[in-house]
Amino acid sequence: MSKQGVHIAVKELSHSYAPRGPITFDQVNLVSLPGEVLAIIGRSGCGKSTLLHIMAGLLAPTAGEVRIDDVPVKNPSPRWVMMFQAPHLFPWMHVRQNVGIGLKFAHWPESKIQERVEKTIKLVDLEAFVDSNVQDLSGGQQQRVALARSLVMEPEMLLLDEPFSALDAFTRAALQKDVRSIAKSLGINLVIVTHNIDEAVLMADRAVIMAGSPGKIRDEIVVSLPEERNSKDSEVQKLREHLMEAFRTASSIQERGTDEAL
Amino acid sequence: MSTVTNNDQRFSRLGAIFRTLVTRVFYSLIGLSILFGLWWYGGWLLESNPSTRSFSDFGPGPALNAISYLVEDGTIVNASLASGYRLGLGLLLAILTGVPVGILMGRSKVFRKLSNTPFQFLRMVSPLSWEPIAVIAMPTWDQAIIFLISMAAVWPVAFATAAGLAKLDPSWFKVARNLGARWWHVVKEIILPAIVFDVLTGIRLAVGVAWIVIVPAEFLGITSGLGYTIQDSRENLMYDSLAVMILVIGILGFLMDGICMALIKRFSWHRG
Repeated sequence: MSKQGVHIAVKELSHSYAPRGPITFDQVNLVSLPGEVLAIIGRSGCGKSTLLHIMAGLLAPTAGEVRIDDVPVKNPSPRWVMMFQAPHLFPWMHVRQNVGIGLKFAHWPESKIQERVEKTIKLVDLEAFVDSNVQDLSGGQQQRVALARSLVMEPEMLLLDEPFSALDAFTRAALQKDVRSIAKSLGINLVIVTHNIDEAVLMADRAVIMAGSPGKIRDEIVVSLPEERNSKDSEVQKLREHLMEAFRTASSIQERGTDEAL
Repeated sequence: MSTVTNNDQRFSRLGAIFRTLVTRVFYSLIGLSILFGLWWYGGWLLESNPSTRSFSDFGPGPALNAISYLVEDGTIVNASLASGYRLGLGLLLAILTGVPVGILMGRSKVFRKLSNTPFQFLRMVSPLSWEPIAVIAMPTWDQAIIFLISMAAVWPVAFATAAGLAKLDPSWFKVARNLGARWWHVVKEIILPAIVFDVLTGIRLAVGVAWIVIVPAEFLGITSGLGYTIQDSRENLMYDSLAVMILVIGILGFLMDGICMALIKRFSWHRG
């Protein structure tokens, strides 16, 4: 797992689901440096998930472009892998097969797949479940399998679309900590979309706030906290408040914008 | 201590499986005994009435006596092999046609809309009603029967495959694309394993329909197969042989259904 992160540049990006339909977001500009954990915060419907899908190459933008290391993103690639809200594991496969499926798509030899799978499963702390049926695992364990399935490709960028929102508080906290530390140890970029302020504070190096309709980047806050983050620490609490205030201000712009439009 | 507990758990699990098996066999035997009793009673009724006495060979006594000579002269084996060959080919054609058609129905909205009405119409046509056309269109009677079996079996396979496709989680395709899958990876690694349960369920239904169709389909034009043997026995007033062939059809059908069930169980990933 020697790959390093990437330079992400989102330039003048706009999107609309239908040619004459409402604009999801408009002229979004964003830069993320190699190895950075970037959180995109916003209310439901502001277009943050759509933005992430475009960054992953799963959707085409209406205008603008996403460049990774100065190469435009046109299609999905194992170099930038997305993790979704639900794990979406393949239920007819065991943990080992689920994790190795991307390598199988890339025509890796079976012995090499097994080697890489074992290593990745260890990284997400699932050694005891390597031959389990994924339907027998808890929600948190399933999300760990999905994480391993993404990490096994040795991506340079991992895109997370509210991946912990369906989990209980304890599992969520454990995964937030683990995903950040894994990303940091591998040096890869993380882009996490969330509407959970705490998640952004505990995981990100920088948070951008997206609001309005069509969505725009309204604010940006650097999360300068130590690596060991505890939600009860005063520094974490202070930053949380700061982020919350920025979020409220951005949301009021959204509401004003809507009122004016009305 | 833990070894003792593990052994206890294993024994109690084995005990539960054994009890389930015994219960199932017990009920099956009771059910079969009732059926045998009804058969025996039917035979007795035929024998006790002078106007139906000539049909009394239908009863279990004469039929069970006939088994040995029907086995010895190869009637049962030859008839079963001939019907099995036609059934196998007919089913193979139905699967080779039905699965791709079902996948198309499940994946393409346009194809589904286009095909739904004509397919529902064709599905409702009794397969045997195609017999005159099949006899004209096909060079041999054998091929005509295989065609009829395919016509009977293709719809359950196609509709079950399409139903399986409709149940797939669209996110699986997104995940696969995200991990670099090409379309053939999606078919081989996602679609086929995901729908194998539904396809096998369709094949099980198809086997049932085809097995019902093959007997009347073999009544005409050929000199082999279970249907032919039944017809031949009837024309020669060999009611004991006719009863044995009915038994053979039932047993073979039961076995094929059991094989399908075992395959469904083996390849099913559904829980609950």
